[in-house]
Amino acid sequence: MSTSVEPRDPQATPEGEASQPTSVGRGGELVFSTISTVSGLSILAILAAVAFFLVLLAAPALTSDPADLPYGEFWQWVAPFAFGTVWAAVLALLMAVPVAIGIALFISHYAPRKLANGLGYIVDLLAAVPSVVFGLWGINALAPAVMPVYGWLNKAFGWFPPFAGGVSGTGRTMLTAAIVLAVMVLPIITALCREVFLQTPKLHEEASLALGATRWEMIKQAVFPFGMPGIISAAMLGLGRALGETMAVAMVLSPSDQISFELLTPNGPNTIAANIALNFPEAFGLGINQLIASGLVLFVITLAVNMAARAIIASRAEFSGAN
Amino acid sequence: MKMHKFAKLAAVAAAGALVLSGCANNEQPTGGEGGEGGSELSGTLTGIGASSMQAAQEKWVAEFMTQNPGVQVSYAPEGSGAGREAFMGGGADFAGSDRALKEDENKAGEFGRCAEGSIAYDMPMYISPIAIIFNVEGVDDLNLNAEVTAKIFDGKIKKWNDPAIAELNPDAELPDADIHPVHRSDDSGTTENFTSYLSEVAPDAWPHEPDGEWAAEGGEGAKGTSGVVAAVTNGTGTIGYADASQAGDLAQAKVGEEGNFSELTPESAAQIVENSPVEEGREEHDLAMELNRKGEGYPIVLVSYAIACAEYQDPAQAELVKAYLSYMASEEGQKAAEEAAGSAPLSPKLAEQVNASIEAIK
Repeated sequence: MSTSVEPRDPQATPEGEASQPTSVGRGGELVFSTISTVSGLSILAILAAVAFFLVLLAAPALTSDPADLPYGEFWQWVAPFAFGTVWAAVLALLMAVPVAIGIALFISHYAPRKLANGLGYIVDLLAAVPSVVFGLWGINALAPAVMPVYGWLNKAFGWFPPFAGGVSGTGRTMLTAAIVLAVMVLPIITALCREVFLQTPKLHEEASLALGATRWEMIKQAVFPFGMPGIISAAMLGLGRALGETMAVAMVLSPSDQISFELLTPNGPNTIAANIALNFPEAFGLGINQLIASGLVLFVITLAVNMAARAIIASRAEFSGAN
Repeated sequence: MKMHKFAKLAAVAAAGALVLSGCANNEQPTGGEGGEGGSELSGTLTGIGASSMQAAQEKWVAEFMTQNPGVQVSYAPEGSGAGREAFMGGGADFAGSDRALKEDENKAGEFGRCAEGSIAYDMPMYISPIAIIFNVEGVDDLNLNAEVTAKIFDGKIKKWNDPAIAELNPDAELPDADIHPVHRSDDSGTTENFTSYLSEVAPDAWPHEPDGEWAAEGGEGAKGTSGVVAAVTNGTGTIGYADASQAGDLAQAKVGEEGNFSELTPESAAQIVENSPVEEGREEHDLAMELNRKGEGYPIVLVSYAIACAEYQDPAQAELVKAYLSYMASEEGQKAAEEAAGSAPLSPKLAEQVNASIEAIK
């Protein structure tokens, strides 16, 4: 690893000569730059190792004859789960992001200082609840509670395709899973949005208010434009967690293996992560390879989502009020 | 400082040496070191297999190791398929499996730890009845036959007051409510046994192959036995299947054919296995049962097998396997499993057959 540090030395030397550092300071410089370079590279190495492992173990499932695969032809098999993964995560975000922005604004701009501190702490606490607890809450408390609501939704809005179909008798549907996921990603999105909103330059806010804006107009003019890239990256971090969430979905969702937009029926497509969790314990031989190959698909989806988010942030940066 | 460090190192090395020599001792049973238990066995025994008998195996391992302090037994509940694969590859001394080896799997010379030319013996060890649980307002007793059960779980019968159900239950007040069948969403031996009951007894009503993964369209999936029980309990108009030991307070259906509905008890579950013949064409002592699910008794049972070599490469290892399997099949062992896991004990006649197989292991 020492070789990777050397290129930095030529840069460091002119500065060093100019400021006449002590030998201790010089040593610290070297140690710290080594540590941070190694840490930076290790992230790449870990990612590459994970990708290598996935590809290596997925290869047998992707290359062998579809007739030998225990779960059937690979792409046909994995497509509903890939759809379910994205569908559940998007639904969760649709519910979580507006609420998270609301909570974050309340904490950063509306609530009295004492209340804001307490509330922020409680939201962070929510992030510490293990997902298996959310799963138990989902099947034992949430699902029975929302069943009557689902029945009503189906009766009143059955013409709207996602609310159509025969309502589940246990409440364990795609919508329930999405609600649980929304609750799970809420704290991370809220915490990030709050931090971003607090960073809004005081001058922007005051200028807006001085021009006669109400508080809401000030938030629209000063806080949102400044915070937009932050909101998007917060949403993407939440999406990342929702895409990969395993245990809660496995416990709450009544899974099927068909692509369906129905939210109230037990036909919700399973997610990739939950499907691996459900089938891995009894899988053997090629079945393990096939499940890992589906993990590779999830890896690619997550990567694509994150890159899309980066692209959005990059294109938005020009319009942001920050500069 | 240096001395201190050295002392620490030495201590670690000494401890390591002790542990290692302990292992070495275990690997070569010398006899006579059994300790107070009165047993002279020593060594290590590894089993891998079905998670259905996990609770029973934990109990058996604990009890057996108390009686035989020189023996180290481990059972990894990695699943039936993993167990059979590990046993064939020589990774385990015995396998636990929710089904017997198929005839074409059980060929001489295929098994890693067995002597050359040795086949494997399938021995039923763990009988667990599967209950059909339901949660319908106003209905406590329900009679079901295989055909109606199959149609319910396949989504062909959709209402509780369907004439087909009413015919089997003339006294019940069946509501005009939707049926919500709940099945396991994970791959499981319970599902495999439940669906093989349906496809054996009502092949016309259940067109799917028996499999650990749920094959029918529709219905609700739930993770694990506990998930199914929770879904049935919390839902309305629900029906599901689960290991009887974990069915809790839910109402259980009586199962059978017209005029012969059987309540689920350990005895009625054991009865159906006792009345079943061993599959034809098997070697002597290979007790792959061909369950006669149409006979007397409660027909939906999960039979888990212990799979062991007919002849081991290492005779000392054979002694260990025989001792452990004998304990599992003994009255004491079966009682322990009944307490720990709610299984149905082997009937005396079946236990005799199993013991004969164990005796034949070399």
